[in-house]
Formats: sequence, C-alpha cells, structure tokens
Amino acid sequence: MSVMSEVGIRVRETEVSNAPEAYPRLVRPVKGRVVAGVAQGAAAQLRLDPVVLRLAFVLLTVVDGLGFVAYAALWMFTPKEQIKGREPGRDWGQLAAYGVLWLALAAFGWMTGASSGGFGTWPIAVGGIGALILWQQADPGRRQRWMTGAVKQVSTTWVRTIIGALLVAVGAIGFLAASGELAKARTGLVFTAVVVGGILMIAAPYLASLVKELQRERTERIRQEERAEVAAHVHDSVLHTLTLIQRNASDAREVTRLARSQERELRNWLYQPKQDADATLAAAVRRVAAEEEDAHGVPIEVVCVGDCELTDGLVALLHAARQAMVNAAKYSESPVISVYAEVEADEVTVFVRDRGKGFVLDDVPEDRMGIRQSIIGRMERHGGGARVRTEPGDGTEVMLTMKRNT
Amino acid sequence: MKTVRVLIVDDHRLFRSGVRAELGPSIQVIGEADDVDSAVAAIADLQPDVVLLDVHMPGGGGQEVLKRVLGPGSQVRFLALSVSDAAEDVIGVIRGGARGYVTKTISGAELTDAINRVSDGDAVFSPRLAGFVLDAFASTEAPPIDPELDSLTQREREVLRLIARGYAYKEIAKELFISVKTVETHVSSVLRKLQLSNRHELSRWATARRLV
Repeated sequence: MSVMSEVGIRVRETEVSNAPEAYPRLVRPVKGRVVAGVAQGAAAQLRLDPVVLRLAFVLLTVVDGLGFVAYAALWMFTPKEQIKGREPGRDWGQLAAYGVLWLALAAFGWMTGASSGGFGTWPIAVGGIGALILWQQADPGRRQRWMTGAVKQVSTTWVRTIIGALLVAVGAIGFLAASGELAKARTGLVFTAVVVGGILMIAAPYLASLVKELQRERTERIRQEERAEVAAHVHDSVLHTLTLIQRNASDAREVTRLARSQERELRNWLYQPKQDADATLAAAVRRVAAEEEDAHGVPIEVVCVGDCELTDGLVALLHAARQAMVNAAKYSESPVISVYAEVEADEVTVFVRDRGKGFVLDDVPEDRMGIRQSIIGRMERHGGGARVRTEPGDGTEVMLTMKRNT
Repeated sequence: MKTVRVLIVDDHRLFRSGVRAELGPSIQVIGEADDVDSAVAAIADLQPDVVLLDVHMPGGGGQEVLKRVLGPGSQVRFLALSVSDAAEDVIGVIRGGARGYVTKTISGAELTDAINRVSDGDAVFSPRLAGFVLDAFASTEAPPIDPELDSLTQREREVLRLIARGYAYKEIAKELFISVKTVETHVSSVLRKLQLSNRHELSRWATARRLV
C-alpha cells in the first residue's frame, strides 16, 4: 500500500517537473541524489531504477575507470534541476554503501586482475548481470524494502560489519603480501569470495521474506490482542446492558437509565482521556454526576473547562456539588440537569443548574439539612462560597466557588 | 413563517428517518444522502438551505464534504450532527466550516430550533462545544499572533460560560441585560474566531486532548 502511494507520488513529481517541456530533458535532480544526481537523472530518462544505473557506474569505474569518466562527463554537461528553497541534504548513508561496494569490487578486480580489462573482466560482468537479474526479479515492494533497509536500519549495523570485514580482509592480504604468500593464496581467496557471494545471492531473497513474515506476524498479533480487548469490553458492558434492557423492556424509565448509563460509559471509554477520578477535579465531577444520574435516573450533562489536582477544599466542593445534584434530581422535576465546572488560575467554580419548578429559598424550613448544611455551610467551613438562585417556575442554580490553594 | 429546506447526510438509514419524523413543520426535508459523494452531488443538485451533516461517514466523513462543497460563493450552511464527543471531531468540523455542532441525543424541538438558527446565519453552540472553545482558547499560552482573532473578549467569554452552564439564548440575554440578537452576534463572532484564527494550537489542542 505504502509502496503504491510512494510510486504514485514519484510519478506525479516527474510529470510536474517535466510539464513545461515537450519531451523530458536530462536534468540532475537535487532531491535524493547520492553524488550529483547524474544516475538518478539518467534513470528517470531511461525509466529505470536509479539503483541499476548507480551499480552500473560503480562497476564501470572498477573496469578501467570508465564509469568515472562517464559520470564526470555527464555531470559537466547535464544541467542541475532548478529547485526552490533550501537544497535537501545528501544521503550520506547511501554514498557510503556505494563507496564500500566500489572498494570491494576494486579489491576483487585487483586480486583477479580483472580490472585491467580483457578476459578477466568476464566474471565481474557475469556476476553483475546475475545480480541485476535477481534485483529485477524481486517485486518492487521487496526492492523498496531492501533499499530503505540498506539505508535506514542496516546502515548502522551492517555497514559497520562490512567495513570491519573489509579491514580484516585488507589486513590479511597485507600480511600475506608482506610475507610473500599472496601469490599462492590468491586463487583460494578468489574461490572463497565467489562461493560466499553466491550463497549470499541465493539466500538473500529467502532471508528478506523471512524477516517480512516475522514482521507481519508481529503486527497481526498486536491487532489480535487489541481486538480481544475491544471484544472483552463490549461483552462486559454493552452486551450485558442490552440483555438487561430486554429483561426490563416494560419499564421505560429503567430502560432509559440503562441505555444512558451504558452510553456514558462507552463514551468515556472511547473519547475521554484516561483520568484518575481520585486525583483530578474534572474526572471526579464526571464520576459524581454519573453516580447520581444512575441513582436517580435523571440525565446530568457535564461540561468541564480546565482541570487541576484535588485538594481538601475541592473535595468539600465536590460533596456540595453532589448534594446540589441530588436535590435537583429528587425535587426539581427537571428533565435534565446541567453541571459546569471551570478551573481558573486561582479558583474553581461549579454550577449545578436545573430547569425544574424552583422554590422560595426563605420558605425552606430551618431543619432541612440539604441546602443550608450540606451546601452553604460546608462551603463556608472550607473557605469557599455558595450562592443559590431560584424562583418558583424558573428552575434553580447553585453556584459553588473555592480557592484552589485551600 | 418561511420553511427551511434541509438535506440530511448520514450513513444510518434508521437515524435519517428518525430525524425526518422529529423535525417541526417549519422544516422541509428535501433529500437524503448516505456518503460523501452522494452528499456532494445532492447539495449541488438540490441547493438546500441547511445540510445536517454527520461527522463520521464512509469516504472521508463530514469534513470531506465541507472541503468539497464550501468555497467562494457557496450559500449552503452546515450543521454538524454526531454521536461523537471527541474534541478533535468537534473542533475539526467547526474549523472545516460548519456553523454549529450538536450531538444526536438532541430533542426534535431543539434540533428544529438549531436548524432555523443556522439557516438565519447564526451559530449553534451546544454546552459541550462552548466548553471546548473556552478550554481551547484558555489553554493556548503563546502570545496571540492576531489579537483580534486569537482571543475572546470578556463578553464573549461570559456568553460562552452561560451556554456551557445550560442557558438558552433567551436566558443569556436576560442574565446579561442584552438582546437575544446581541447574544447571537457574540456567538457568531466566536464562531468566526474559531474558524479563522490561524492558531495551530486550536487543532493541536483538540488532538492532544485525546492522547493525554
């Protein structure tokens, strides 16, 4: 999928940059260049993978330095692509990979005498063509992965290994040359290199598919675990509630209550950030409202702005707010109760409002604990304030304020 | 009283017929659509006054419809209707050009009222949306780039607070000793700020809120 879209983007880019001219001119792109963009430009012209041309240049450089001359000539005669803004940086990882490849081929050529041309060139040519065929046979997705792999993950570990191996080889050759044994060892070394190279070439696609398979299995397992978690949640809550609703189908009030409570729980699970109801105010207000909604069957809409840690004063505020919700749910006959909590820099305000029948505050008997003691008295004891606004027929609103640092 | 021509865009057939049945006589439902492509085609074809737009739909959702329909000279007004309460969805669809956001639990009478309001060019803020807006504008600490667009006035804040407390526009007007028209002006002005403010914090805030 991602490969498809990447290819799509690349095609579009080419179209855009070539749009003003009747036929595409050879330019050296700046984006994605390794040295000067010659190979990439030529590859776009020939509709080839730039990697093929880069390998060809490296190979030809080993043979009589021809590639070097061709590259330099193309560099001089090809205009650079015009680009707006800052030039993107060069991919040093790739450059290093090609450099190492060239070193290896040069060493091989020197050992076999192939780089001086003539008959010895043939093994390199055959090997190169073989590699290209393998490369072409691999599907584009795999090639993409090989290349990105070569640059991203592999560059850290593999390049180090390759450089290390090269150093060892150079050391060994140097030692053999110094002790005059090189002439004898040369044939053996060549055969070893050929065999190892051959095995690598055969095994590489298999290894690549193995790695891919492993990755796919891992993502599949993660997906399965997630699905299991969702299934468990749906089973415990949603299915359970649906069963209860069917059993209570005759009791409209109970059905509404069940549906509402399930909806709230599912919403919290889906949309609310995970919060600790014992530690932060917004989560605590939501929990209190949920509990009272369940207990009295009246919907309580909660809106919270800002959040803060719970303090002793705020716990008192929560108790008072709960009492206000209970009063509204029990006595107001309002179809819905609105709770609004706002945390400001220095204080917290909570409003509990219903649109029920309201009452006359002075008519409430002295011994009724709800408003006087549980709300107003409690808030004042903790250094906060409470204000009740109500009128018969106009609903009730309780406003609670508390300083944050008490 | 003039009738408002409404197009319902939602991928749930049951929900569409439910809304149709609940709307008051001042609303005329002229069509339905169940995905992004058919919605865009129906809007071009029927030219409704108001589109009731579901936020989550196959083919890119409500925001995709807004992107494809809204442009210079577009007369259509959108009211977003969703089961989602996620700040990301709410802020996203408003920034995309909808003139209001209500949840699907809204009663038929309230929805009729909201549609009329949107068709008159006003904005519709549910208590939750008002809470989100207060939260979003309060939580951006960086100095405003454009002071006119990037912060709320004292009065706008007061109006939003009352909406969040569950007050209807009429009740807000009474509380603040201003006319309902003035309340509507304040809300529309907040909507404009929400849509035009180029504070990336607004969108970032909405996204981050899910990831806390």
